[in-house]
Amino acid sequence: MFDPKTLRFMKSHEWLHLDGDAATVGISDHAQKEITDVVFVEPPKAGRHVKQGEPCCVVESVKAAFDIYAPVSGEIVTANADVVKDPSLVNASPYGKGWLFKIKASSPAEASKLMDNAAYEQFLLSEAAHGSH
Amino acid sequence: MTTTTTPRRTALYQSHQHLGGKIVDFHGWELPVQFESILKEHEATRSRCGMFDVSHMGQVFVTGPDALAFLQKVNANDIARIGPGKAIYSHLPNERGGVVDDVIVSCLEKDRYLVVVNAATADKDFAWFTKHAAGMDVSLENKSDFFGMVAVQGPKAAEIVMFLAPKALALPRFGAMELMLYGLPSFITRTGYTGEDGFELIVSNQVVVRVWEDLLAQGRSLGTLPCGLGARDTLRLEAGYLLYGEDLDDEHSTYEANYGWVVKLDKGDFIGRDALARQKKEGLQRKLTGVRLLERGVPRHGAAVIVEGRQAGTLCSATYSPTLAAGIGVGYLDRPDLAPGTKAAVVLHGREVPAEIVKVPFYQSPHLKKGA
Repeated sequence: MFDPKTLRFMKSHEWLHLDGDAATVGISDHAQKEITDVVFVEPPKAGRHVKQGEPCCVVESVKAAFDIYAPVSGEIVTANADVVKDPSLVNASPYGKGWLFKIKASSPAEASKLMDNAAYEQFLLSEAAHGSH
Repeated sequence: MTTTTTPRRTALYQSHQHLGGKIVDFHGWELPVQFESILKEHEATRSRCGMFDVSHMGQVFVTGPDALAFLQKVNANDIARIGPGKAIYSHLPNERGGVVDDVIVSCLEKDRYLVVVNAATADKDFAWFTKHAAGMDVSLENKSDFFGMVAVQGPKAAEIVMFLAPKALALPRFGAMELMLYGLPSFITRTGYTGEDGFELIVSNQVVVRVWEDLLAQGRSLGTLPCGLGARDTLRLEAGYLLYGEDLDDEHSTYEANYGWVVKLDKGDFIGRDALARQKKEGLQRKLTGVRLLERGVPRHGAAVIVEGRQAGTLCSATYSPTLAAGIGVGYLDRPDLAPGTKAAVVLHGREVPAEIVKVPFYQSPHLKKGA
């Protein structure tokens, strides 16, 4: 389980954990609440090359499908087989067992373009203030 | 469609907010799509009890010496089959055999009926009724703004409704009764939209909050959950019920919707009878057909259905079925000949996902007798 304070976030609510060039990706607690009951995860295939901001994974709830964007460029190393089998892990443990996939980042410095936890929380507050739901 | 009118709220809006309901716009009504979780609400209804605010639905009272003759004229089903204390599901056909709305008609007493209509079509239906009642000795009253409506659904529903209306326990499936609740004239029918046993309570907006809160308080110990539109939709689709506006409209007939049992051609003349009789004789060009995915995935409204290498239609209602843990949907396919078990595919995110044609309903509750 990752501490959200150590993560970087996208405006589209993906989180990124970076250890050298080893990147782990999931969706935030806020996102899992908005998406509601996740019933299907279609992860990217290992070996695929993705660019930062490219849609590469689909998370579906009963009501809708959501594209998940790559927070950094690189090669998909692995997808979380557990969330494929039990998609509710995304809701139950968004920062832990509900991670989605891992990327071998080609330029880890891209992560600096993402928000840190404090900025993400600010971002959520400003979104809420605009009355989006 | 853009509309400048402010969304309408049912009398239960504040109750939904207090319960943490996630409010969405549904045909101009602000209603909860879910409270805690669509999956939990669905499961509660299948195995215990779920409560639904269906106050957006409309109520039209039909009274007078010609009440039955009028209802026979506008309905495909045979309203003469129900006497006082009984309700019946029916379609209102147009002249071409398309469907103006699907409704539940209750006979309250001789010459007095209650028609429950869909929210989005309530005004259209009332105009349709008014037009076709011309020259008949019948009075029509649209009381949709006066009444709220609560559905209590699931195998434990009777135990919960008993607390408020012990007499309702004696209602058979599709029974209807008139009674006083909290001192005001009310109606209960043993009907629903979930495929489970259940009741629909029609009560004045003045007391609907009390009815809702008292039933929910009573039901909590039996595992009752308040449910939103999300679970209402997954439950009704599993049970094979039609959603007007998605699966049924002015352009598709009752036969095409695979609800031919509703049409009683032998009951005498009614609007749309000629068109329906012709369609029955000539056969169908398209039919609402059930499809179940054989691999993981969630089909959505509009997804193409492929049969024998070509697109046979698109899905009009589709979802993840919590009970079957599979993607399901219904769509008008131009292959009315397809037997259950026929291999098909549904296009999701640009990929053809293997599927098969299945019989509707997708799910039969063990708590409800077959055909009830």
